Amino acid sequence: MRIFLIIYVFVIVATVTILGFRGSLSTKTPLEVFPDMDHQAKYKPQSENDFFRDRRNDRPIPAGTVARGNYLNQQAVFSEDFADKRLGDTALLEGKDAEGNFIAKLPLAVSYELIEQGRERYEIFCTSCHGSAGDGNGVTKPYGVLAASYHDDRLRNETDGYLYDVIMNGKGLMYGLKDRLSPEESWAIVLYVRALQLSQNAGADALTAAQRSELGF
Amino acid sequence: MANVFPKWVNTIPIKVIAAITLLATAVVLGVTYYATPKYTRVGYAPTQPVAFSHALHAGQLEIDCRYCHTFVDRAAHSNVPATEVCMTCHSMVRQDDPQLAMVRDSYESGEPIPWVRVHAAPDYVYFNHAVHVNRGISCVECHGRVDQMEVVHHAKPLSMAFCLECHRNPEEYIRPPEEVYNLAWERPETKEYDEEAIAFVHDWKVNPPQSCSGCHR
Repeated sequence: MRIFLIIYVFVIVATVTILGFRGSLSTKTPLEVFPDMDHQAKYKPQSENDFFRDRRNDRPIPAGTVARGNYLNQQAVFSEDFADKRLGDTALLEGKDAEGNFIAKLPLAVSYELIEQGRERYEIFCTSCHGSAGDGNGVTKPYGVLAASYHDDRLRNETDGYLYDVIMNGKGLMYGLKDRLSPEESWAIVLYVRALQLSQNAGADALTAAQRSELGF
Repeated sequence: MANVFPKWVNTIPIKVIAAITLLATAVVLGVTYYATPKYTRVGYAPTQPVAFSHALHAGQLEIDCRYCHTFVDRAAHSNVPATEVCMTCHSMVRQDDPQLAMVRDSYESGEPIPWVRVHAAPDYVYFNHAVHVNRGISCVECHGRVDQMEVVHHAKPLSMAFCLECHRNPEEYIRPPEEVYNLAWERPETKEYDEEAIAFVHDWKVNPPQSCSGCHR
């Protein structure tokens, strides 16, 4: 019995020494105790695929591909009276009219929800360079990124279509964001940028009498 | 008639029972401690091909999670960003840093950076990121304080028990949707907030499935 107890304690000490405690950091691939069906022969997003030479499961999109499927409501797409109004809608998709000139006003109905959506997307994708107030003072400025301020006459007088085009396709050193934003989201950002411009450049005469007295004019 | 067995044989059954009890206890304790994801997965911190620091980007620079994980609120899969997303800033910031050589090469050649996956659900689990983050379940609930991690490690077990804990009591984990990406948010320890959370679960019809087919199919 004594021998058993000695071996028993030794095995426990050895196990704890080798396996360690929960939660300690390790660079080793996790053990799989019961790997049943954890890895199935199916393709998941951004995974590997031996069929293709570059081993990428997500295929690069060929030029000129038109988004469909999940992008639109599938039931609507396959219904009888479906007409794809988006396809060929250059105002919505490119910010240009049929002749290729930038449109002056955004093609969506303006609402408070749209501005809020624009604010949310602006704060994700734009603030790090252009700053929360749109003055070009983002966190990347100390690292040498020279982002435009929206508060000058050139950008105040530009068309909405131009702003949309810059967001989607980029300009100068700025990369386009069309791989990350839907047309609607981009237009929402255009609307929010307009709101930011107004916030820094509004005259006192644009306010109501009550608002003016509140501010002490 | 002389004794066939010596007297010490009488203690054998007790010793055997004691030994089996001790062995069984050790095995049960060992399996519960070591054979669950709390031990096998928590703490996994693989060395990534590029030493990307979430503590710098998400913590110090306060870049929104969705700047890089763009589709987490729009798709089931939360994407690892394309190299183009890195280059959106790093075409200007630290252009010549040798640590970013692999990023620049990847951008030029189109070969993806071989990031090592840290969090992986088994293939029979259908986890949808968008439905969770859009209904007030923060990134931090499953991924921990990534904004404080120099090297990302697996912080929570992500076992089925872990999922069910929240699916059974969503009001204990839910937070206002605008705080989902604010990993530092702390739940107010007040009775009013508890009631608010219960009301939120009710009003937003948060009804996490507890049936098998909710997550497995």
